Amino acid sequence: MEAYERLAASRAKNRPTGMSYIHNIFTDFLEMHGDRRFGDDKAVVGGIARLCGMPVTVIAHEKGVGTKEKISRNFGSAHPEGYRKALRLMKQAEKFKRPVVCFVDTAGAFCGISAEERGEGEAIAENLKEMITLKTPILSVFIGEGGSGGALGLAVADEVWMLENAYYSVISPEGCASILWKDSSKVKEAAECLKLTADDLFRMKVIERIIPEPENFGEVYENLQSELYHTLLLKEALKPEDMLQQRYDRFRRLGVPAQK
Amino acid sequence: MMLTKNFFKKPENPLEWYDNRTKNSIPDIPDQMCISCPKCKAILLTGDLNENARVCPKCGYHFRMNARQRVGMIADENSFSEMDAEMRSTNLIGFPNYDKKLWHARLESGENEAVICGTAQIGGFPCCLFVMEPHFMMGSMGTVVGEKITRLFEYAAEKSLPVIGFTVSGGARMQEGILSLMQMAKTSAAVKRHSDQGNLYVAILTDPTTGGVTASFAMEADIIVAEPGALIGFAGPRVIEQTMRQKLPPNFQRSEFLLEKGFLDDIVPRGRQRDYLVSLLSLHQRGS
Repeated sequence: MEAYERLAASRAKNRPTGMSYIHNIFTDFLEMHGDRRFGDDKAVVGGIARLCGMPVTVIAHEKGVGTKEKISRNFGSAHPEGYRKALRLMKQAEKFKRPVVCFVDTAGAFCGISAEERGEGEAIAENLKEMITLKTPILSVFIGEGGSGGALGLAVADEVWMLENAYYSVISPEGCASILWKDSSKVKEAAECLKLTADDLFRMKVIERIIPEPENFGEVYENLQSELYHTLLLKEALKPEDMLQQRYDRFRRLGVPAQK
Repeated sequence: MMLTKNFFKKPENPLEWYDNRTKNSIPDIPDQMCISCPKCKAILLTGDLNENARVCPKCGYHFRMNARQRVGMIADENSFSEMDAEMRSTNLIGFPNYDKKLWHARLESGENEAVICGTAQIGGFPCCLFVMEPHFMMGSMGTVVGEKITRLFEYAAEKSLPVIGFTVSGGARMQEGILSLMQMAKTSAAVKRHSDQGNLYVAILTDPTTGGVTASFAMEADIIVAEPGALIGFAGPRVIEQTMRQKLPPNFQRSEFLLEKGFLDDIVPRGRQRDYLVSLLSLHQRGS
């Protein structure tokens, strides 16, 4: 499949959103709202749940289903308070020694006056800085769109996995096309150039695993449930300092230029 | 210095001109050339402007400044020792026209990449210094920028040195795809390690600081100050105008706006920056 077809699939109307993953993979989910600073961002959902019996903190971008809900969730584009809520829940997970599972699905962090005046850049920066040393395992799964810094804000993890039709990119193909060719309709070409598919990213060692999407989508949840559980057990068995060193190295080795 | 009468003459060997520029490092603009201040419209001579640290003597407007000039303005004389100067970007994902863009950027800026890093002394205090270069693809962050900044923080952590950083950037460099985005995480990780060891990091944000640089090391410093009137934000104003379908308020995303919203420690004009940094470095000497 070409990059553009994957891009279309990642944005398809009927594609399951964050909440479906939470409800199909975890049990006993209790949602926790708010960043205790400004408000509750509905584009990011978080709470405590069980994964095969194990208590975990789960955080997901949520685009919403149906027009009304999509609007209330700002189509999954989070404000700073969304990232601050996520960080608050992660810090709590660290305190109670619960692993963290994130589901990423966003076209990008919200680009608007409200987001800027409350410090979108600062909020994402803070997450990157704090997640790298969070003393509990973090796994991030890209389930649809992985738009730039807004996606990375929930993806500084020990491992990053992607569904086969998800994408992860530094800029939206539309944005890239309008900068490169001054023509936002050349999305297809831009999507190819950006190397944003799960296959591309696996080759560049930016992700650890590609999750296949069989005809029967229910298998994705079953597969993820057992894979997440077993991977978390392995991460929990590591010494905390080893886990953090591996997390550091995971990002440290990305884009090291050849030495002269 | 190139003579005015030769200004429009095509050099016989284009690389000779390039080499000269690299050596001189300050762009070869005749001192007598006129430039109009975008704020107060005063006509200024480039020579006078350069002597005044590229600040309009009439209204205080801060013109963009290349990285070498800034190092000269901030570091003690002859104290700057550059690190990783030869590191150059390559076209990692085969992005169209990127090689050509890099070639032009090197020519335009006289630098190998969009940041220069090294050790220096400021008022006698040893520190690590990075300065981003606006004339190299608008300071965009690709893998080389990410790697150089990461190495600087790792070196500073090892030697327990403070880091002083001047940012100017359009954000992550699109032409290197996802690997550019990963530099946000990589640099943040190095900043965190440096910070966790009790070391000081001061960021001075200059016009413009946006996108992936704002959402990583620019906003992660212990002390964050900005030059007056600098554009600072996550999304660019044009993108926001398109999303909001409305005109933005005049000082939106400017330093003064960020100070009011609580995201800056202070606004420090160029003329005061060196003294400001000397005071800060002095206040952070352990055991004093």
